[in-house]
Amino acid sequence: MLSEGSSFMKGMALGGIFCLLLSLLGSFTPGMQSSPEDQHHHHHIKAPTNDELQSLSEPQMVELSQKVRVYCVIMVQPKVLVYWATAKDTWGKHCDQAVFYSSESAKALEAVDLNEQDEWAKLHKALKHAYDNSGDLRWFFVARPTTFAIIENLKYLVLAKDPNEPFYIGHTVKSGELEYVEYESGIVLSYEALRRLVNVFKDGEKCPERGRSLWKLSEEKQLAICLKYTGVFAENGEDTQGKGLFNSKSVGSLIEDGMSKNSLDVVEGCCSDLAITFSGMSPNQMQVMMFGVYRLRPYGHNFHDSLIFLPPDGSDND
Amino acid sequence: MKGLSGSRCCFYMGFLVGTLSLYFLRQVWFEMSMEPDVLGEGQDSSVAALSKKRQASDSNNWRMEGATLINLNHPHHIGEDSSVADELYRKVRILCWVMTGPSNLQTKARHVKATWSRHCNVVVFMSSIDDPDFPTVGLGTGEGRDQLYWKTIRAFHYALEHHGNDADWFLKADDDTFVVVDNLRWVLSNHTPEEPLYFGKRFKPYAKQGYMSGGAGYVLSKEALRRFVEGFKTKVCTHTTSVEDLALGQCLEKMGVLAMDSRDTLQRETFHPFVPEHHLTGKFSKSFWYWSYCYYPIVEGPRCCSDLAVSFHYVDAELMYTLEYWTYHLRAYGYRYRYRPPLSQGLVERQAQTERPTVGTAGRGRTPAGITVGGDGDQSKAESGAKPLSDKGGKETLGKIPIDNNRTAVTQERQG
Repeated sequence: MLSEGSSFMKGMALGGIFCLLLSLLGSFTPGMQSSPEDQHHHHHIKAPTNDELQSLSEPQMVELSQKVRVYCVIMVQPKVLVYWATAKDTWGKHCDQAVFYSSESAKALEAVDLNEQDEWAKLHKALKHAYDNSGDLRWFFVARPTTFAIIENLKYLVLAKDPNEPFYIGHTVKSGELEYVEYESGIVLSYEALRRLVNVFKDGEKCPERGRSLWKLSEEKQLAICLKYTGVFAENGEDTQGKGLFNSKSVGSLIEDGMSKNSLDVVEGCCSDLAITFSGMSPNQMQVMMFGVYRLRPYGHNFHDSLIFLPPDGSDND
Repeated sequence: MKGLSGSRCCFYMGFLVGTLSLYFLRQVWFEMSMEPDVLGEGQDSSVAALSKKRQASDSNNWRMEGATLINLNHPHHIGEDSSVADELYRKVRILCWVMTGPSNLQTKARHVKATWSRHCNVVVFMSSIDDPDFPTVGLGTGEGRDQLYWKTIRAFHYALEHHGNDADWFLKADDDTFVVVDNLRWVLSNHTPEEPLYFGKRFKPYAKQGYMSGGAGYVLSKEALRRFVEGFKTKVCTHTTSVEDLALGQCLEKMGVLAMDSRDTLQRETFHPFVPEHHLTGKFSKSFWYWSYCYYPIVEGPRCCSDLAVSFHYVDAELMYTLEYWTYHLRAYGYRYRYRPPLSQGLVERQAQTERPTVGTAGRGRTPAGITVGGDGDQSKAESGAKPLSDKGGKETLGKIPIDNNRTAVTQERQG
């Protein structure tokens, strides 16, 4: 009995040491999925700083203001008619071209009828259509009408980026090995990324039009996988201070978070000054956002921005 | 044999148990070692520690003189050129007093303190009781709706007595009013505090020249404030009713103070008695009192409100911070605003040094002969930016000055 007991104790001691040795060797780290010791695999895209912009001459700036043009792919359905109408009447006006892609046609509003209910198939078809009809527009912004976007700030983010390089930008989320851009806060694709995507669409194996029936992935993840096959990786859009530019919550909601955390400076900790997207607002709140973004300001505080974006024609809420 | 395998078995079992238990122990230890970063924050956010941190950051913004907060630095923003705002800050000094009470300090007044009041030259929180920590002034009244006019009377007397020389204009706001003080300076910049004037959201009933809504906030010039205090000294004014805004309006009318038009150069309101969403998207039912109260025609939809809005009312804590974010932080990069109003006369000369002068001088005293270029949209009818100085008797009524569209567009860009 005693010998058994002592063998047990010896066993335990040895087991413990064994475990410690293993962890010291670093071959397993318990618990953490992305511990700080991990290699920094995340890709970040930051907006250009003023210094970077100074290096561009004025004629180059003017040229750039006109060169960065955005094709908005807005995925709608009759179910969200009010949001559809609101997106059209608010932020959609600031896209160089805003095209609405609907699951089915609606009498009230104009859209490209995809005649499709499956989410991934819709996105698939819409992106193909966008690519074929892009004209000379080189940047693509994909969103649902429940998202609110400030296109000028998007243009500023990609200002110094070459659309003939592959870019896939937004608020990135990691799911296991896959890093994808969250749909809710908007997806940005450069022309090259879209071109590669349309190419890989032809490959039914790698990127099927209808998701594999056994393992239905969300369309945002499916997009990331297809793009990954072509060598395009998701990048997180942030400002020069590292604050995220793509938000899946509303301003009010983010402020509420700051207040409940008892932050010292709720406003400073909320969101970026040059935020690109917010989500989760009612249609009325989107109208108020137009006022907040494009109109309300304190007199006498001026920014000598290096680009000029004119207000759209035929509009009174911005 | 049996004994040997038994102890070997125990040995292996022990080995397994040891490995597993240490694995879990390590996991727990790992998690605990991560927590101090969270806990540390958590510990610090205990009320006492947090208020200490707040006081530390507050002392960078304000200098306390008794219960008054004297603004040390006009809040600035990274990357902005606030020279015009700074100049107005020096020239148009505003004392903001906020009507509050002991039970509202932590739920409402605190958020006013953290947001818009930082843009005033001087801030005083007026309550029924002294509170040296917040700080608030104790007016020696009770609390409740029936005390509102008493509080107002005493608050204005306090302001003149203690800070008559620290400010030119005296703003009254509630603890659920949000004020864009920089825009208030713009509204006031073309007027002189030596004239008896008062501005706000103008209502028409019960007073010949109308009166200003209390909730939307109102501003008295120094002369108006002197006359208000004088009125009580000479008993021309007394505590007539607890309906504070009406009573004050009636007193001021008796003392010859003028109720002014605070709308912008496109006749859009600047002081608002409700929240932005209500004005921008709401439809006021025709039987609602508001229709019969407003001095100027109600406009629903985007034209309800000036880009240079001065105030909103019924603003809860979350909306306070949201409005501060929208006003002072969030913007569309490079966007050229549709509404680019003229500079006030005093600043025109200064700006003329840096830019080609495009503002024609109409040469009518203090009035600015600015030009508003409304952009390409529906506001394309170019109007003169002149605002009438007084509403009564047409002392200086100004007609529209026709201007040449072409020459102003480019150079007006960067202003306002």
